[in-house]
Amino acid sequence: MNKHLKMYAPFLLLVGFAVVALVSVTRPSSPAPAPSPTRALIMALAPPSPTNVLLNAAGATFPYPIYSQWFDVYHQLHPDVEINYQSIGSGGGIQQLKAGTVDFGASDMPLNDKLLATFSFKIIQFPTVLGAVMPTYNIPGVTATLNFTPQSLAGIYLGQITKWNDPAIAKANPGVSLPGNNIVVVHRSDGSGTTFVWTDYLSKVSPQWKSRVGSNTSVNWPVGLGGKGNEGVTGIVKETPYSIGYVELVYALQTHLPYGTVQNSSGHFIKASLATVTAAAAGAAAKMQNDVRVSITNAPGANAYPICSFTYLLIPAHIADGTKRQIIKGFLHWMLTDGQKYTEPLAYASLPDAVAAIEMGHISEVN
Amino acid sequence: MGTADTMAAGSRPPQAAANAKSFAARLRNGDEIAHLITLIFAALVCLIVGLLVFQLYRNSSVSRHQFGWTFFVSRAWDPVFGDFGALPFIYGTVVTSVLSLMIAVPLGVGGAIFLAEFAPPRLSDMLTFVVELLAAVPSVIFGLLGIFVVVPVMRTTVDPFLQKFLGYTPLFTGPIYGVGFLTAGVVLAIMIVPYILSVSREVLLAVPADQREAALGLGATRWEAIWQVVVPYAKTGILGSIFLALARALGETMAVTMVIGNDPKISASLLAPGYTIAAVIANEFTEATGKLYLQSLIELGLVLFIITVILNGLARLLILATTKGGTIQT
Repeated sequence: MNKHLKMYAPFLLLVGFAVVALVSVTRPSSPAPAPSPTRALIMALAPPSPTNVLLNAAGATFPYPIYSQWFDVYHQLHPDVEINYQSIGSGGGIQQLKAGTVDFGASDMPLNDKLLATFSFKIIQFPTVLGAVMPTYNIPGVTATLNFTPQSLAGIYLGQITKWNDPAIAKANPGVSLPGNNIVVVHRSDGSGTTFVWTDYLSKVSPQWKSRVGSNTSVNWPVGLGGKGNEGVTGIVKETPYSIGYVELVYALQTHLPYGTVQNSSGHFIKASLATVTAAAAGAAAKMQNDVRVSITNAPGANAYPICSFTYLLIPAHIADGTKRQIIKGFLHWMLTDGQKYTEPLAYASLPDAVAAIEMGHISEVN
Repeated sequence: MGTADTMAAGSRPPQAAANAKSFAARLRNGDEIAHLITLIFAALVCLIVGLLVFQLYRNSSVSRHQFGWTFFVSRAWDPVFGDFGALPFIYGTVVTSVLSLMIAVPLGVGGAIFLAEFAPPRLSDMLTFVVELLAAVPSVIFGLLGIFVVVPVMRTTVDPFLQKFLGYTPLFTGPIYGVGFLTAGVVLAIMIVPYILSVSREVLLAVPADQREAALGLGATRWEAIWQVVVPYAKTGILGSIFLALARALGETMAVTMVIGNDPKISASLLAPGYTIAAVIANEFTEATGKLYLQSLIELGLVLFIITVILNGLARLLILATTKGGTIQT
């Protein structure tokens, strides 16, 4: 028996290792750390340089293009600093930040007090860039840009306005001959900051939407088909006559989608653009003095586009590691000043100066 | 060697020496090692499955306590108000998988019979190669193909046709969007046909030639020999390929979510949009905030596992039932 055990020992050891490896991989509290395999390999092979610091961050997918450019440029400016960002989604970013596996997180939806209470440490939220969402549609025979009132958008998405020639739509579009076909409503099926902005807006302009559906990254849609991602929504809208969907500004500008104007709180029909989105944020600056988590949907201002929002970096208020703290503070400072000039080429609306100034004041709270 | 053994045996109890000798002999043959290594590999697979279920179970405790068994029958899916139920997703998963099998099994088995029995060997090998290529295509490509090719065809041609001639049944009523259960079933069928076809062909080719010759010798026609002798002989293997395909269909995510409409509703009409478990997990997991929401999604994963086990069990029962009365068994 003993001899058998001895023979089996190497195999038992092997099994033991496999079990340990599996358990540690499947442990929920420690999601796989961020570095890519190749990078991990390079890091393992390269002699450790004392000044080289790697920061890990994870979160929202919507701002990923601008974040990766920012972190890349910042690395070129400060070769000893490397920030690795995983665009795993806001929810994942929040989870990983909570578990302490990343140095900071990112979310499309500002963290409310209830969610913040689940953290064991304080979080400071920094708006970084702006996103906007607009209605896109496919109506055979209609080439004009359609105007949408808040009531018509809420009515369509609640399933109360079912035909394109409904008076609520027709009244805002004089001179356009709208067909009497049924409207095919399309929404995002994946949890998304885009959906959060869209439903946040509908909640603001329609009390019924607010009580029946509410706002979140995913909601219980009263009507409609779900498409996965901006490309999924666009795909269904393009392939389905008489449909309407919503996509974010960056995507619509890059793919030259037709999209409608939306009536803002001053009564003007505004086409979404980088300028009209920044205008909406500028109107909100006064309210952000105390709390940056203001919703800027349906913001005041004659030229403000009504369906837009900030996206946020989530920074722990206390960072024990002094080197990392200085790097994060330095990056935030750079992001709010020089970094903002990288936004426009990537079709993100930049922060209004007043908002950047408020955030600058918050950097000193990180200690 | 022999002298060394006897010398060593002299200083030890004879029993142990005999044991050691036979063990060493078996070791030299390699049997013991092969036995152990393969046992470890097999055990690892079971271990992974066990850990998977354990983790799914452990990480869904909040939603299991909150909803209990009503999770299985509730139709609600409301992330805002925190009310979750699995029924529409279970329905969508089962309906799309069954639809895809209904389309893919005749195609796959029929194709396999042709390739194994009728086609010239060179043509058979060539076609099989092409079919196996199909199995290697990533599912997102099938999804794109679905959105841009299958959906328009379904919307403009297939769905109106079905509604016109079969619209009196509840299965083909309602507005036509192009996306829905039927489209998802068709796209899934395209994806799983290669599995059925390629495995079934191998199984049919493995049927001993004397089985065919005996049937032909008894005066059977070629088709009778195939259908009544070769196919029953290969039945277990063919059914195995169908299970593999079913498992693939149940768990398919990307291609399904792109063409099913992602609407968690239960509709009798196959033209209506629906939702599947794998699709909703993939869609909502990344942005799910809040413990209840996240754990409800994990519990859905557990439900999918249970469905897979049940469907596989049913299929195995089916084999038992059909092979018992069958004339030929493998």
